[in-house]
Amino acid sequence: MHIYLPIAEISVNLFLILGMGGMVGFLSGLFGVGGGFLMTPLLIFIGVPPAVAVGTEANQIVASSVSGVIAHWRRGNVDFKMGAVLMVGGFVGSTVGVWAFAALREVGQIDLTIKLCYVIFLGIIGALMLNESARAIVKARSSTPRRTKLHQHTWFHGLPLKMRFRRSKLYISALLPLGIGFFVGILAALMGVGGGFIMVPAMIYLLGMPTGVVVGTSLFQIIFVTANVTFLQAVNTQTVDVVLALMLLAGAVVGAQIGSRFAGSLRGEELRGLLAVMVLGVCAKLGYDLVATPSDLFSINLDDGH
Amino acid sequence: MAARLLLFLTMAAGLFGDMPARAQQDLVADLSDHLVAITTGFTGADVLLFGAVEGEGEIVVTVTGPRGDVTVRRKERVVGVWANVEAVTFANVPAFYAVAATKPLESVATPDIRQRQQIGIENVAMVPDDAAIDAATAAAFRAGLIRNKRAAGLYADDVLPVTVLSNRLFRTRIHLPANVAIGTYTVAVYYLRDGSAVHAQTTPLVVSKTGIGADIFLFAHTNSAAYGVLAIIIAVAAGWLAAWIGRKVG
Repeated sequence: MHIYLPIAEISVNLFLILGMGGMVGFLSGLFGVGGGFLMTPLLIFIGVPPAVAVGTEANQIVASSVSGVIAHWRRGNVDFKMGAVLMVGGFVGSTVGVWAFAALREVGQIDLTIKLCYVIFLGIIGALMLNESARAIVKARSSTPRRTKLHQHTWFHGLPLKMRFRRSKLYISALLPLGIGFFVGILAALMGVGGGFIMVPAMIYLLGMPTGVVVGTSLFQIIFVTANVTFLQAVNTQTVDVVLALMLLAGAVVGAQIGSRFAGSLRGEELRGLLAVMVLGVCAKLGYDLVATPSDLFSINLDDGH
Repeated sequence: MAARLLLFLTMAAGLFGDMPARAQQDLVADLSDHLVAITTGFTGADVLLFGAVEGEGEIVVTVTGPRGDVTVRRKERVVGVWANVEAVTFANVPAFYAVAATKPLESVATPDIRQRQQIGIENVAMVPDDAAIDAATAAAFRAGLIRNKRAAGLYADDVLPVTVLSNRLFRTRIHLPANVAIGTYTVAVYYLRDGSAVHAQTTPLVVSKTGIGADIFLFAHTNSAAYGVLAIIIAVAAGWLAAWIGRKVG
């Protein structure tokens, strides 16, 4: 059954979209990630214009983050103060990102930028995760506990504007979460993702937040950053397809339920290892596209001229 | 309606032999639909063009979509990756183009006629908006544009057939793919004898969105801020609902 998407202006198979939503939802339920980094490339791959893929995916992430944050909120795993500071940075960053998106599109470099961002960030995060989970698996087998320092002091603890974050048990400069929020906000707008896969490691390793509050706080601020991207893309480029977003969400809701059941039967480090392999797989595919000789050296924007 | 009546009269004229109408009306043609509606279930549409001619000759039909600017970009390897390095913008590029004929174009129309009437994709007027671009570059980019349009199904690959029945009635079917642009299309029918046009007729064909999809598109484009806010509200509500269902099921 085909459905004509009013904003993307293409006809898609309803079951293909539901299936994609379900599959990405399954993986996000299994691994506890948003899945934007999988969905946006998939949408572009099936022929959705990149601008529509990014704008629509931002809209869908608003929905999936709302449903994700509720469970964390109930358990008290959201640091609202930290979330608010990250959000301020994210708001500014995503606004800059949407502006940069439009400027790059104008000069014909948006596809390259999106792919480069994906290759670089998925490559780094995937490699780090794979390395970390491999060590964890080895350590779990050898089981020799090693004491590490609870807290390390570096140059950024000397920054001004110190703030106390009770829920995260931190007393750090607000500039740090503001900067992280800003940087991830730019990437979220450019790549059509929530940015959780960068935000979560940054919160753990750079800010030193306790792992329990990291996912809930990240989801909380992603809602606002992606809502900002949705609004700005809707106003500037009219590339938010509500019909597509709702179809993806319907599939994702079901997939996430099944995924989260499977998650219980796998060990944490094995899950992270699998996720790392998947992230590196997407990275390798996009990296290959960048270096492989394209079938046609000339390209056009099909939504040009009307 | 008038055109159809005329068609009927001409066909009747053809059937019943010599009638006064024949002399003035060597060619009549009409479309099965003058409006192609893009609805929620739209997967492309076939438009049937039919008509009647008098006497010996060949028929050529062109369908040209709404025209606009299209930018063509050329990739080159930059530090290992393929990046767009050069761009040429063409003005007046038709969003869609198809041609149908009773015989290969070279044998039905002289090069002069083909160029003047823009018959065949190589004769469609598309010029770079920057006059300083040399002819070889323009030609390479033009060829790239046509290849991309063909790959998207928006420029027909070959000359489509025109079926002629008993030397009088003809028909051809033009397929508009699902990604077709909205706007007013021009359907031109040429009746040629010895390579030159004897008669020509043009008919508009309107492609437009209707139904809920059209309303959403219109809302998104005319009231963007409200659309953006509504999209966020819908997403928040849907997310909330999803969490609620998840809790009930789980």
